Amino acid sequence: MNTVYDLKREVEKPARLTGGHRLCAGCGAGIVVSGVLRALNEEDRAVVVNATCCLEVSTFMYPYTAYTDSYIHTAFENAGATCSGVEAAYNALKRRGKVDDTVKFITFGGDGGTYDIGFQSLSGAMERGHDMVYVCYDNEAYMNTGIQRSSSTPQFARTTTTPVGSSRQGKLQNKKDLTEILVAHNIPYAAQTAPMGNLKDLHTKAHKAIYTEGACFLNILSPCPRGWDYPMAKLPEIIKLAVDTCVWPLYEVEEGVWRLSYTPKKKLPVEDYLRSQGRFRHMFQKGNEWMLEEAQKYVDQKWERLLERTGG
Amino acid sequence: MSICFSGNEAVAYAMKQINPDVMGAFPITPSTEIPEYFAQFVANGEVNTEFVTVESEHSSMSVCIAAEAAGARSVCATSSCGLALMYEMLYVAASDRLPITLACVNRALSGPININNDHSDSMGARDTGWIQIYAENNQEAYDNFIMSVPIGESVRLPVMACMDGFITSHAVENIELLETDSVHGFVGAYEPENYLLKKENPLAIGPYDISAYYMEHKVQQAEAMKSAKQRILEVGTAFEKLSGRSYGLFEEYRMEDAELAIVLIGSSAGTAKEAVENLREQGVKAGLVKIRVFRPFPSEELAKALANTKAVAVLDKSEGFSANGGPVFAETRSALYDLKERPYLINIVYGLGGRDFKTEDAEKVFARLARIAATGETGLVYTHMGQRTREAIV
Repeated sequence: MNTVYDLKREVEKPARLTGGHRLCAGCGAGIVVSGVLRALNEEDRAVVVNATCCLEVSTFMYPYTAYTDSYIHTAFENAGATCSGVEAAYNALKRRGKVDDTVKFITFGGDGGTYDIGFQSLSGAMERGHDMVYVCYDNEAYMNTGIQRSSSTPQFARTTTTPVGSSRQGKLQNKKDLTEILVAHNIPYAAQTAPMGNLKDLHTKAHKAIYTEGACFLNILSPCPRGWDYPMAKLPEIIKLAVDTCVWPLYEVEEGVWRLSYTPKKKLPVEDYLRSQGRFRHMFQKGNEWMLEEAQKYVDQKWERLLERTGG
Repeated sequence: MSICFSGNEAVAYAMKQINPDVMGAFPITPSTEIPEYFAQFVANGEVNTEFVTVESEHSSMSVCIAAEAAGARSVCATSSCGLALMYEMLYVAASDRLPITLACVNRALSGPININNDHSDSMGARDTGWIQIYAENNQEAYDNFIMSVPIGESVRLPVMACMDGFITSHAVENIELLETDSVHGFVGAYEPENYLLKKENPLAIGPYDISAYYMEHKVQQAEAMKSAKQRILEVGTAFEKLSGRSYGLFEEYRMEDAELAIVLIGSSAGTAKEAVENLREQGVKAGLVKIRVFRPFPSEELAKALANTKAVAVLDKSEGFSANGGPVFAETRSALYDLKERPYLINIVYGLGGRDFKTEDAEKVFARLARIAATGETGLVYTHMGQRTREAIV
């Protein structure tokens, strides 16, 4: 890999997630997936594994696939195990002389398929140490079934199963910190990133995850215009706000060493991020000021803790 | 070579001789010994299989599906709740047309939890699109597992090779083993036309399949299952040449002139054969049909085998809760419908959760069939064997 990141060179590579897929305009998932696959060395083959999700139904509708690489989807809750199986087959066939070139294994799951229903399968695959990358494109709810809360949905967010009513307003619980849980698996590489700006952070981390031997994990923020309720053109702005408010810090943990990848020049108030999306609209109603305070307090605590860990 | 093996050991040994590319392994009573034996083969370097010790049966089936799709011959073993946890993935394996071989060591399903034998696990999976082959004893468990590989791979359907938990899996018997070279030759190499790791041609598996295509895919699957019957017979013939042991879709025991017959599956056949012999000595024309292949169901063949009987009892070792009899009964009754003259037919559910089935139980069934044949009165068509009366329970 060329050590200097060059966006122009990267986007001129032949796309491995081709156009014509059916993801919504303004969806983060397409950028995440094409960005991760672009981090593959051009000469290497890959098998893409996918949990049931928006991405799956939008990119592989029979008889058309949007992928130039081999691809397998089997179910919602087992992407970790499915990738394990493909990797096991690769090891067996390589040992028996039936495969002779390099193949990389990249799994994509949404937060529902990763934080929730596929959590056990993911944990098992990471513990066994298959040579693979699991990528969670985190859009913070079950978007494929129509915006239901997941354990990744942030507190106060409105979803169809955490609606805003007169006695309850949005989700009661905080978001599960999956990246930390994956770090606790003692895998060689875990990172949090987002498709921000020139995609350098995402590209660098994806390349590192793909080419680090063993089980690696990437958690990538992936806004959803339908679920988060924003105009599609606002996608890059919302990602930038998530990072600059420290709602979604960019960091990596390599062989147990925590490293902050990005420090906002000016840490923006969480309100700026919340205001950009309809799912948090009720937080700005009179009488709900406490919600904004709680949200800020939570983000500050998490950020302080991260700074301690990364020595920042 | 003759050797003394338990059913589990026999199947594990068959797996060793097959030396599959990938095995997904997870323990559950009574199939646990199969991955245990296999782990030792791996540890000893006797196989070079990629042995994936997963965190659930759902994942062991997922690993097998993905590995098979990637171009690797894959096997696993399970029982009871383990098979139930795989349930969703069993459909995926079959509809993706992946010829995985699964050793199903039959055990009752929870609840209440019970670790002993009946057929409710695999019978619950009878409509998942898997070929199902049942063994009576350790020899058949070994032979069936080996035959399952070429059967499944030639019609591109997964195969469940079933044996009775504990009764077969843990009982030790003398069996004949094939030479490992013969097994290699018999199963051949796994060479799918397309697979994920094929360099020349990337493959996408598991699409979102809309109504415009889904039904064609299901019909292709149904056609494959229909074609499996012939293939099972052909593989049986080839296996007989190799081993001297003959296998069909079912076994007919003293059926040539039988007037009274029992139809059942699995290890109970040995017990029922003893009863048939006892009754034959008394001049009763008793016979037995032991179903070996339940999926695809040998409907026409079974109807022919039962065509000249007067009364038949179908013994189901699972309760299907249809309120209309067990699954073997439903299939058998359907198979007999097209006969011009049908025998009287009753269904007895028996042996649930490992309850004993003895020679005298089989003899009682024959006695009831004799009464039915003589009087033309079937009485209750669907009953349960050897139940305590309510008074006795109180």
